[in-house]
Amino acid sequence: MRLLTHNMLTSHVKGVNNGYPLKIEATEVNVESEVDFKPEFICCMIPRIDWDVLKKALAWIGKADLLPEEIVDNYEEDEEFLRKVHHTIMEIEIVTGSLICPESERSFPINKGIPNMLLNEDEV
Amino acid sequence: MKLRKLEMALEDVEDFEEPKIKLEQYSTTSHLAASMIHTAEQQFGDISDKKVIDLGCGCGKLSIACIMMDASFVLGVDVDQDALSTFSDNLEILDDEDAKVDRLQADLCKPELFNLIKEKSFDTAVMNPPFGTKNNKGIDMDFLYIASKLAKTAVYSLHKTSTRDYVVKKAKDFGLKANVVAELKYNLSATYKFHKQRSKDIAVDFIRFTFT
Repeated sequence: MRLLTHNMLTSHVKGVNNGYPLKIEATEVNVESEVDFKPEFICCMIPRIDWDVLKKALAWIGKADLLPEEIVDNYEEDEEFLRKVHHTIMEIEIVTGSLICPESERSFPINKGIPNMLLNEDEV
Repeated sequence: MKLRKLEMALEDVEDFEEPKIKLEQYSTTSHLAASMIHTAEQQFGDISDKKVIDLGCGCGKLSIACIMMDASFVLGVDVDQDALSTFSDNLEILDDEDAKVDRLQADLCKPELFNLIKEKSFDTAVMNPPFGTKNNKGIDMDFLYIASKLAKTAVYSLHKTSTRDYVVKKAKDFGLKANVVAELKYNLSATYKFHKQRSKDIAVDFIRFTFT
């Protein structure tokens, strides 16, 4: 699971009012993958992602230093910045771990990069 | 990529090892998948450089077709772990730097799913939904509803031609306008033991839904 995906997920457990973001506990993270860099795509994504949640996600996996605190001005022209964003949202993969609902603390396992978000009968 | 080349490339995508009848798992043929995704890009520009969600992705044929047609990112969602596992194996067909695909295991028929993924997170939704013939009537409309929430620009789907009027009418309720792009023949080979005929052709509409 990439952090791009994590950024759009909310806990859907019944009764939970504030399930965003899901906390990440990772036991295996892959930072080696290389995905081809498309600056236009990254420029397009920056206004659509929750920056604070992306920062939180990085912190949870011990990679807080990969991004600056704030989005830089004129990022469209800052290739170095765009490459950093590209790396964090497209090239880091959570392989094994869990996503945890911030309110109910329900844990959703991630195995082989796939989060299992199936709820039990009593949680729907 | 040309249609024929796409279709041939998709032949390498493995299908369900042991398809589950209750989930109505029929693999999307390479021909159908290639036709759908090639048209979506060639005619409408809805795949290349776009974020795409594949609902009921199964073993990933539509998702992989989208990557081959240069989608920026694809998220595949399915309820079945086994299918998703086959999907993981199928990703090896792609070059590493192209495999911009995530997968998620979730139940698309449950209303809570509406809260799971942020609305309008994707440009395009693609799907070959179950038709609702296995004690799951109405499931194709559940899929369509979710697609309408998650996609900003277009939803591409297959529905039995015999249900066309119903689909068009329901789509309106979801704020969607249906455009039947093509009528196709879906060849369901005898996937399951009870199938008496060796293979059966079903008339399906390939529909592009947009927002009113």
